[in-house]
Amino acid sequence: MKLLQLSPSSLRQQLAGSGMWLRTGPFSLRVRSRLPTVAEGLTQLYGQFEVRNSHEAFADFHVELNASSRLRRWLRPQVSFSFDGAQPFKPLPMDQAYPMLEWGLNWCVSMHAHHYLIIHAAVVEKQGLAAILPAPPGSGKSTLTAGLVLSGWRLLSDELTLIDRRTGLLHALPRPVSLKNQSIDVIREFSPEAFINRVSHDTAKGSVAHMRPPRDSVLRQHEPARPGWVIFPKWEAGADTRLTPRSRAETFMFLAQNAFNYSHLGADGFRVGTTLIDHAHCYDFRYSALREAVAAFDRLAERGAA
Amino acid sequence: MADWDLLVRQARSAGLLARIRHVLARQQLTAAIPFAARWHFDAADTLATKQQLAVRWEVEKIRAALNGLTLPLILLKGSAYVMADLPAAAGRLFNDIDILVPREQLGPVEAALMLAGWHPAPLSDYDRRYYRRWMHEIPPLQHVMRASVIDVHHAILPDTARYHPDSATLRSRAVAVANMPGVQVLATEDRILHSATHVFHDGELPHGLRDLTDLDLLLRDAAATPDFWPRLTTRARELQLGRSLFYALRYLRYFLDTPVPDSALAALGSEAPNRFTLALMDGIFTRVLAPDHASCADAFTPAARLAAFVRAHWLRMPVHLLIPHLFHKAFISPWQRNAKPA
Repeated sequence: MKLLQLSPSSLRQQLAGSGMWLRTGPFSLRVRSRLPTVAEGLTQLYGQFEVRNSHEAFADFHVELNASSRLRRWLRPQVSFSFDGAQPFKPLPMDQAYPMLEWGLNWCVSMHAHHYLIIHAAVVEKQGLAAILPAPPGSGKSTLTAGLVLSGWRLLSDELTLIDRRTGLLHALPRPVSLKNQSIDVIREFSPEAFINRVSHDTAKGSVAHMRPPRDSVLRQHEPARPGWVIFPKWEAGADTRLTPRSRAETFMFLAQNAFNYSHLGADGFRVGTTLIDHAHCYDFRYSALREAVAAFDRLAERGAA
Repeated sequence: MADWDLLVRQARSAGLLARIRHVLARQQLTAAIPFAARWHFDAADTLATKQQLAVRWEVEKIRAALNGLTLPLILLKGSAYVMADLPAAAGRLFNDIDILVPREQLGPVEAALMLAGWHPAPLSDYDRRYYRRWMHEIPPLQHVMRASVIDVHHAILPDTARYHPDSATLRSRAVAVANMPGVQVLATEDRILHSATHVFHDGELPHGLRDLTDLDLLLRDAAATPDFWPRLTTRARELQLGRSLFYALRYLRYFLDTPVPDSALAALGSEAPNRFTLALMDGIFTRVLAPDHASCADAFTPAARLAAFVRAHWLRMPVHLLIPHLFHKAFISPWQRNAKPA
């Protein structure tokens, strides 16, 4: 059953009661919350995802988002994220409840799923080949990812590149795309069909909103992809769209440093990482106009498929 | 599947996912883990394997740092199990490396470790004084680059504790680690008694069940040697640790079905508490040694945790020290923590 087939009242009831079971890519979640903003966010963004009654199934991560204490509810309400009873983060202002769920879920995956090499990077795919987009915050990675998946690329993830340690393939976790500050308006303008949920202001990352993942990406979430490119995007005002090759060795070092669990995997982390780099073309990519950037990626995909 | 769901959650909160995987593998039951749950065990095993590799590396570095001093490096607890290749190393996770040195060598040892990059974590003046004056260890040292933490002990219980196991006899019976000149671990019985003492003297038991499983693995391994049990109980009395061993054996039977012979418990009969105390301890330890997970808690769990905390302090210090210490911790330390340095 898909989440959008649940009536709003039974969704709220499940969330407030024993929890809602939800599948996102290779992971299953049990989410509990009495907060209306969390129910609203899930309804708006996770409609195409599979849900079940939480009594039926095994869940990888049991998470809960609720007001942090009864007393505080009246003064300056805060929300806390708990992972099976433990609270890995300090509470945040109530307005940030929905983004906190997304951040918390990223934490769950990056702290536990060591059967993958997990790199902090977005991944998108076209014609069977995936482009990994690692980049420091502020480089326009999320904007580019959103632009690409609104233009026919498949979303694998906007934050977590999951590399299967046995096969070297990239696994999809097509959860909502996080957009920050100006990129919210850039994407609204880029595609009026994009659905972006309500903005949470004054978070640690500025203003944050989430974009609903394309339906096709969610339906194909169990389909892995072969690594084709590692591309470092950089948005620069007024820059021409330009793709320049970059050294594989440097790219590997950057990926290792930006992996969540490279050091946990020991020698296997090196093996998985270098195998990936051996099969990928590495580029730096500068852009200022999103449409031109998408066109450059499309040309790359055509060449890759040829 | 609901059972596996609960097992993974309880095992994760107790730090036992990797160890359970080892136990299942030894019984050739890995295939019985349902596919959906399997990665949790594998991922934990990845982490445990990495940590053990890191422990071996750190021990080598500690040995190199202490090379100029004429003393053996005696490893305690987890790092000892790993270096001595004991079954208790299986799937063990680590927080720090514990070592034992003679008290009169504390100064040179600390200096040598500091030269090698291990520095004391920031502590309040009160805590620092408390460690130096009353504790059986110096404040934890953390490596500035690799962040590994060493606890340097000169005894296995604080100076202020009710019981005083003689550190010199522990050290004199320590045994060499194969292929690691200069590295030693405590003798079999002493190692087990130290582990038991640690569980039943420590106030906060975040790893209570994991520590019990350490003991279970140590005992099952050692019990293969003839006369092990009489030697263990005799040694426990020599070191004034009979009561700790009594509790350890009792709760090992309760939680893990460890094959403890009745004769061993009978030999500790004189160490057992009276019936009233024992009923109280059962109430406390059957709760606090369970995983710290909502599914293991009942209405009395918070009270049991508090009681275990108070009991541990009661055993660690006489009243004339305990009262001022708890007063300081309750009223002065929080205030100092809030006060920002100018």
